[in-house]
Amino acid sequence: MSRPALGLLLLCLLFVGSLFVGATPLVPADLLTAEAWALIRDSRLPRAFAVVLSGAALAIAGQIMQLIARNRFVEPMTAGTGQSAMLGLLLVSLLMPGAEIGVKMALAALAALLGSLGFFAITRRLPPQEPLLVPLVGIVYGGVIGSTAVYIAFQIDLLQYLDIWMTGEFSGTMRGRYELLWVAGGVAALSYLVADQFSILGLGEAVSLNLGLNYRQVVLSGLVVISVVTGLTVVTVGAIPFVGLVVPNLVSRIAGDNLRRSLPLTAMAGAALVLASDIFARLVVHPFEVPVATVIGMIGAALFLWMLYGRGQHVS
Amino acid sequence: MYHNRLLLLGALCLAAVAAYLFTGVKGSLEFALMFRGKKLLALLLIGAAQGVAAVMFQTISGNRLLTPALMGFDALYVLILSAAVVVLGAPAYQQLDPGLLMLVNATLMSGAAVALFGLLLRKSAADMMRMLLTGVVLAVMLRSITGLLQRVIDPSEYAVVQAASYARFSRAETDLLGLSAALCLGALVLAWRMRHRLDVLALGPVAATSLGEPPLRGQRGALLLISILVAVSTALVGPVAFFGLLVSALTYLVLPTHRHAILLPGAALIAGLVLVGGQWALERVFAFATPLSVVVDFLGGLVFLLLLLKGVNR
Repeated sequence: MSRPALGLLLLCLLFVGSLFVGATPLVPADLLTAEAWALIRDSRLPRAFAVVLSGAALAIAGQIMQLIARNRFVEPMTAGTGQSAMLGLLLVSLLMPGAEIGVKMALAALAALLGSLGFFAITRRLPPQEPLLVPLVGIVYGGVIGSTAVYIAFQIDLLQYLDIWMTGEFSGTMRGRYELLWVAGGVAALSYLVADQFSILGLGEAVSLNLGLNYRQVVLSGLVVISVVTGLTVVTVGAIPFVGLVVPNLVSRIAGDNLRRSLPLTAMAGAALVLASDIFARLVVHPFEVPVATVIGMIGAALFLWMLYGRGQHVS
Repeated sequence: MYHNRLLLLGALCLAAVAAYLFTGVKGSLEFALMFRGKKLLALLLIGAAQGVAAVMFQTISGNRLLTPALMGFDALYVLILSAAVVVLGAPAYQQLDPGLLMLVNATLMSGAAVALFGLLLRKSAADMMRMLLTGVVLAVMLRSITGLLQRVIDPSEYAVVQAASYARFSRAETDLLGLSAALCLGALVLAWRMRHRLDVLALGPVAATSLGEPPLRGQRGALLLISILVAVSTALVGPVAFFGLLVSALTYLVLPTHRHAILLPGAALIAGLVLVGGQWALERVFAFATPLSVVVDFLGGLVFLLLLLKGVNR
C-alpha cells in the first residue's frame, strides 16, 4: 500500500476511534439507540471534525510559514501570529463589544496578519548564516506581544478569556460552535491550488523572481493563509503549539519539499497528530480531560529536540 | 574602578528601600514597618538571587543572552514540586515541614540541574544559538509536563502547587523567609568567594585550563550555586521569565567590566533597585493594579530582542 493510502487509513481509524472516547461511555453496539446518535451528532462528530480541521490547517500554515521564512524552525503559534490574533481579539472585545462574530474573526485575522508582517520585517534583517536565530527571535517577539495582551487583559479583567485562547483544547466543541474551523480548513485547502508557487518561494526571493514568480503577491497570499488559519484556530479552540513546526519537518524528511506531493501528507499527518493527542488527552484522566495543547507541548517539544540534535542536524 | 558607581547604586537602592518603607503609611508606622519589612526582605533576597544567578550563568556559558530562567531552571523547580504532590498526595505533602520541603526540593533541583544543564553546556557550548533554542524548548516541555501533572491531580492538590507556579512579587511567601535568607546568603557568600575563579572561567575553557582553573569543576560549582539561588527565589515568588536577563543587561550597561568582584554586587544592587523601586512605583505612585512581573516580562522581552538584534549586527 502506498504511503498516502496508509496515512489515510490510519487517520480514518483514529477518527472513528475518537468518536467512542469521552466522558459518556459509548460502544459500537449502542449505535442503534437515538441517544447515541444525538451524542455523536452534537458532540463527538463536531469534536472530531474540529480536531482534524485545526490539525491539518495548522500543519499547512506551518509549512507555508517555513517556506516564506526559509527556515525550518518557525511556526505561526510561536512566532507572534497567534499572540497577535489574541491581542487583536482582545482589543476588538474591548473596543467594539457588540460586533458580529464574523467581524471579530476578520479583525483577529487582520491582527494576526500585521503580527506576521512585523515578524518577517524583523527576520529579513537577520543574517542568513544564523538560522537558529530566527525561531528564537520569533519566540521572544511572540512573548512580547503576548505580555502586552496579558497587560491589557489584566487591566480590564479579561485574563480568563486569554487563558482560554492560550491553551488550545476541544472540550467545548459542540455542534454550532466550531463551524468557523471549516473556513480555516477551506483556506488551507485552497493553498493547494498554489502549491507550486509556494514550493518556489522556498528557493528564495532571487530565484523566485528569476523564475517569473510575482514574489510579493505569493508571499502576501501565504501570509493571508497563515493569518486566517491561526486567527480562526485561536478563536475557536485556542492556541495549539508545535503542530505547524514538527509536522512539516517530519513530512519533508519522507516526502521532500515539493508541496504538490507533500502538502496532502502534511495535512494528514497534522490531523493525525492532533487527533491522537486529543484521544490521549481524553483518556489520561478519564472521565476528565487535559487540554490538548499541554499534551502536544510535551510530544512536540520532545520531537523538536530530537530534530535539533538527532538525525536532523543537517537541516539547521 | 567603578567603585563610585557601586556606591551610587547602593545609595539609590537605600533610597528605594526608604521610600518603600516610609511613604504612604496610614495609621501605625510600627505595624506597617513590620508588615513591609518582611516583604522588603523577600524582594531584596529575590533580587540578589536572580541577579547573581543570571550573571554567573552568563559567565559559565560564555553568553550574554542566556539566563537560568530562559533555560528552564524555574520550570524544573515547579515540576519537581508538582511531582512531589502527585507522588505523596496533598495531605501528606502539606504535613511536611515547608522548610524541609524546600531544602529537599532545592537539593533535588541542584542535582537535576547540574546533570541536565552541565551536559548541555558541555555538548553544545560552541553553538550558542542551538543552546538557547534548546533551553527555550526544554522550558516549554518542562512546563507542559508540569501542566499535565497539575491537571491530573485533584483541585485541593492543585491549590498547593498553584502558589508556586505563578510569579507574584507583591505576595511573596514570607513564612519561609528565615530559611530562604540563610540558604540564599550562604550561596551568595560562596559565589562571592568564587569571584576570581569566575573571572578566569569567563575567558573560556581553553584559557581557563591553561591558567590552572579546571573549567568543568568551576561550571559544576557555579551551576550548583545557581540552582540554589533560583530554587530560593522560585520558592518565594514563583517563576520570573525575563527578570534575570533585564538585570544582567542593566548590569553590563552600568558596569562595563569583566571583574566579578564588581559585577556580582552590582547585579544584586540593580536587581534590588528594580524590584523595590518598581514595586514602590507601581504600588504607590501609579496605583497600578498590574503585577510587576508582567511589566518586568514585557521590558525584559524587549531588552532580549534588542540584545539579539544588536549582537547580530555587531
